[in-house]
Amino acid sequence: MGYPHKPHARETPVLSQYFGDSDARTLDGWRTRGGYAAFERSLGMAPADIVSVVKDSGLRGRGGAGFPTGVKWSFMKPGDGKPHYLCCNADESEPGTFKDREIMRWTPHALVEGCAIGAHAIGAETAYIYIRGEFTEPIARMEAAIKEAYAAGILGKNAMGSGKTVNVWVHRGAGAYICGEETALMNSLEGRRGNPRIKPPFPAVAGVFGQPTTINNVETLVAVPPILNNGADWYKKFSRSDNPKSTGTKLYSVCGNIARPGNYEVPMGFPFKDFLYDLCGGPLPGRKFRAIIPGGISVPIQTVSEAEASLMDYEGFVAQGTMLGSGGVIVVDDAQNLVKFIARAARFFAHESCAQCTQCREGTAWTTKILERIAAGEGTTEDLDTLLEIADNMTGKTICVLSDSCATPVVSGLKKFRSDFESLIKKKTHHLVPAVA
Amino acid sequence: MSIREMGGVEAPADTSHGRHGEPHQPVFVGTRKQELDELLTRYPSKMAALLPALWMVQHDRGWVSEDAMAEVAGLLDLTPAYVKGVVTFYTMYHQHPVGTYFVQVCTTSPCQVCGAEEVVEAFLRHTGCQELGVTSPDDKFTVIEVECLGACGFATPVMVNEDFIESVTPEGVAELLSRYK
Repeated sequence: MGYPHKPHARETPVLSQYFGDSDARTLDGWRTRGGYAAFERSLGMAPADIVSVVKDSGLRGRGGAGFPTGVKWSFMKPGDGKPHYLCCNADESEPGTFKDREIMRWTPHALVEGCAIGAHAIGAETAYIYIRGEFTEPIARMEAAIKEAYAAGILGKNAMGSGKTVNVWVHRGAGAYICGEETALMNSLEGRRGNPRIKPPFPAVAGVFGQPTTINNVETLVAVPPILNNGADWYKKFSRSDNPKSTGTKLYSVCGNIARPGNYEVPMGFPFKDFLYDLCGGPLPGRKFRAIIPGGISVPIQTVSEAEASLMDYEGFVAQGTMLGSGGVIVVDDAQNLVKFIARAARFFAHESCAQCTQCREGTAWTTKILERIAAGEGTTEDLDTLLEIADNMTGKTICVLSDSCATPVVSGLKKFRSDFESLIKKKTHHLVPAVA
Repeated sequence: MSIREMGGVEAPADTSHGRHGEPHQPVFVGTRKQELDELLTRYPSKMAALLPALWMVQHDRGWVSEDAMAEVAGLLDLTPAYVKGVVTFYTMYHQHPVGTYFVQVCTTSPCQVCGAEEVVEAFLRHTGCQELGVTSPDDKFTVIEVECLGACGFATPVMVNEDFIESVTPEGVAELLSRYK
């Protein structure tokens, strides 16, 4: 559903079919829509069988990395005598992304159910949903749903009469983009500063509270109940015939300079051109698209021709010089100063750097200063070389990828839109050299 | 970059005690203490209740004073210095008193290209705040720029205390603020 718009005929609403339907928020409403049937069935299944269905479905992580969910779950060794934990990453902070917010606002029970199934599948008794602090309404909706689920005996010491303990709790963040990084999230959940941890050990070995942990994105977990209800083969059908590596439906958040911003759900492999012009209504009147970022601000910027040639799945976006990322589509049109846009992105990363790693702490701030100087018409040609040199030093050299993410729009911007930078610099040169009388 | 340039809040002259200089009254008594105790049952460590406990402090007192940090530290078997280290990491905990209404305007790139800068200017003009991060003379408003609020399709999203308001335009600011007078 193209919330806040009416669903478009070419959408495939699975996860978003109840967006805008406030009755679906309540337990009764959710149950009449088939809610908790999948959890009930899963409680009668062996955890390994649930993992196997999810593996077969081809579901991949929707937070950005695209790691196969069933494989991630299979890393949790049953019977190791340790408490296991499930963390749901609801720290949605990637600029351009606002899909998890709508999932939690409209279908909170879908996430409770996804967490409950996930916890059972990985042998965990407790799942924590870590929600960014600014999401006041999603937090309230989730807490209300969890309260209803406990009162109805769906959660708790004897979940749905199964004799199994399944707890789900909300944990509120307090304003830090970096806590969306899985190891930073675990530190934050433990009551620490949200600094990412060095891996290994990976979360499945030593995660939150030092115990085996799985972290999944909101959208990943809400896809699990429909997979259990309809089967892995049903889920696999949502893909291109020539690419079985990306399956299912995907929610995209669309923002920036476009006629109809909002959330849209389409099957893997959908043509990006049709998506931008047909579903989202194309550019604003009298304007033209200038640049497109399809997966949140951390993925490379696309030219319009690259975007128009893209197929919307993990491999399709890579083939056109970018990544699916979180599915946060940011559109910039020809009325904007693209350098200023990139400078503001760099400032975001400078603000959000946890400052553990030198390359990131210094690199994000330095990049911001140079870009803001260029955007203000005070840059030099040497600045462009310096930017690329800093970007090189920021890529692949730090504990987490925040530093790389800051370098990405700079490098892709300079590669594909160099004239935008140069024209700002030329203006300055022109200004400083007065015409000879 | 200065604290204010990075979206922080300017420290008023005296923040050693409460807003008006009175000594610290414990936050975790009665119902609040029970809530904290209930919360502790959800986690295998006391420390994990730190962020929720700090939220309770801020909810009740409007900000997190050093005295409150020491109180939380005592309850969770932590040191005050450790708690301060955590408080200073997260942008949403106020380390100083702020205006009655704390206004956060998203200006990150997706909102910037939709005109968020004009929304910020409108807030500064209509609240009487001289600049970002400085509380208005009547103590009512503090306005800051915030990094991505996660509602980019509803540019420009604004938070006023715990209220989340979508699609704010410069023209809509006066009417919006009239709800908080």
